[in-house]
Amino acid sequence: MNDPTSNVSPHQNAGGSTGAGAAVTEVDASTDTVWVEQTSWLDRVPRSVSMLAVFAVFIAFWELLTRSGLVSPIILPTPWETLQDLIFVGKNLIARDYMLGALWITILEVIYGFALAIAIGFSLGVIVGETAFGERAIMPYLVAIDTMPKVAFAPLFVAWLGFDISSKVALAAFIATFPIVVGTAAGLHAADENARMLFKTMGATRWQTLWKMKLPTGLPHLFTGLKIGAVGVMAGAITGEFLGGGKGFGELIRVAASQLNTPRVFSLILYLSLVGLALFAFVVWVQRRFVFWHKDRVVGGEQ
Amino acid sequence: MEPAAAVSSAHPPTPPASVYGLSDVGKTYARNGVEALKGITLSLNKGGFSSVIGSSGCGKSTLLKIMAGLIPPTTGRVVLSGKPVTGPRRDIGMMFQQATLFPWRTTIENVVLPIEIRDGRAAARGAHEKAQALLDLVGLKGFESVYPNELSGGMAQRAAICRMLVTDPTVLLLDEPFSALDELSRDFMNMELQRICMDQNATAFLVTHSIPEAVILSDVVYVLAPRPGRIAEAVEIDLPRPRTLDMITTPEFGALVRRIRDRLDLGDQM
Repeated sequence: MNDPTSNVSPHQNAGGSTGAGAAVTEVDASTDTVWVEQTSWLDRVPRSVSMLAVFAVFIAFWELLTRSGLVSPIILPTPWETLQDLIFVGKNLIARDYMLGALWITILEVIYGFALAIAIGFSLGVIVGETAFGERAIMPYLVAIDTMPKVAFAPLFVAWLGFDISSKVALAAFIATFPIVVGTAAGLHAADENARMLFKTMGATRWQTLWKMKLPTGLPHLFTGLKIGAVGVMAGAITGEFLGGGKGFGELIRVAASQLNTPRVFSLILYLSLVGLALFAFVVWVQRRFVFWHKDRVVGGEQ
Repeated sequence: MEPAAAVSSAHPPTPPASVYGLSDVGKTYARNGVEALKGITLSLNKGGFSSVIGSSGCGKSTLLKIMAGLIPPTTGRVVLSGKPVTGPRRDIGMMFQQATLFPWRTTIENVVLPIEIRDGRAAARGAHEKAQALLDLVGLKGFESVYPNELSGGMAQRAAICRMLVTDPTVLLLDEPFSALDELSRDFMNMELQRICMDQNATAFLVTHSIPEAVILSDVVYVLAPRPGRIAEAVEIDLPRPRTLDMITTPEFGALVRRIRDRLDLGDQM
């Protein structure tokens, strides 16, 4: 009886705030029984406000932690130090100084790696998803390789391809390929029995069925694979730089960390995450253009 | 609405010629040795509407797939327009329970898809005028450049009818075409189907599990008995055309429905 969501007299309580324990009152027959569905006030806060609030709480917690002296300032810089370093790195990038060069190298690795992963992943995905041979003979090996810790291959790539960007591209592509294979193969299986039968009755060739029906039907799956791959390619490029040297942003992070310059590490990571975000956003943008008929909820963004 | 004058000419005085003939067709699945069909003999007359009715799993779909050239029979002869059916053919039009329109194509692009598959893009573009005429016929005028997401279930099935008709097939194979629609739309679409078939003088073969639907649309209803699927009876429906939904309440209609229902019940016991 004391449940605050239980019926309250409607005409008194249109505003939505429930008087806890309000008894159900008699309503005369002429009154409309309009009532308001209850939603938590937390869910009604606008997105921008709630995001800002979470950010502020996070910064405040961080600030408190550094001031309390529980954590050494060498290990955890203050938010203010980090901001200053963010500005320093930003200025360096704008001034086209050495950091921009490093960032560009990493971006190139990511772009080449992603392009390579798309080419290989898509081709393998079509073979695995379209042919019984691929599914029987190739897929088990792909699954086996996929379960390996792929980062462990980094020294091999360095040994094979040297300390140049090609070893980083290889690792980035290696990590990003598998989700694209899986996405493509799953997409090719997405077409339903009716669509297959329809194409059969129209006398479609295998190529036509693949190109005009199975691939378009599977595009949403393919893009899911691409989005996972876009995240993986970034991790691959940076890991490659950590383990194989070079002149990219990963190397800058490694050097800053070895000097215990933690504000620098933080700010470099933040700039790097912007690159990752841009790549992800690019994939989402392409998806919206090509898969205009399929409205799915994208993580981190609304329609 | 189409003039009723076209209707009487659909039934010339001379006995209509058979366009599609099945004789002693049987199908045993090699995989599990199940005999799905046995000794199916039937003939579709030019401009006629036939139905096959039976419970689930009685081999209706198998029969339709054989007639569509999607799977081969294990015994018997399947002949359309004098030529044996040994694979999908352009003179066979088919329609399924789901409209299966592709969401990345506009309605008219969906309708010309069979032409694009068989004759290429240029031919498909050339067929737009014809597709437009068909869309007008089924009452989808103004929806040609709309994407299927915006069509209702009934409208999508109308578009599917156009896609089936665009290649001028000799025979239409309908696999429970409106069973995914709600009852009201379904009745309405059945009447539309009758109108379109009469307008095009189409030879149609319908698979259904609704007795009233089979009776109201057909000239002949084949009652299929299960395990193995075989024709228990071919019931002639001599109700006048064009049929209307009002006929459902007439005693003749009721008698035909009862006869088919009895036959179906009997089939289960055999």
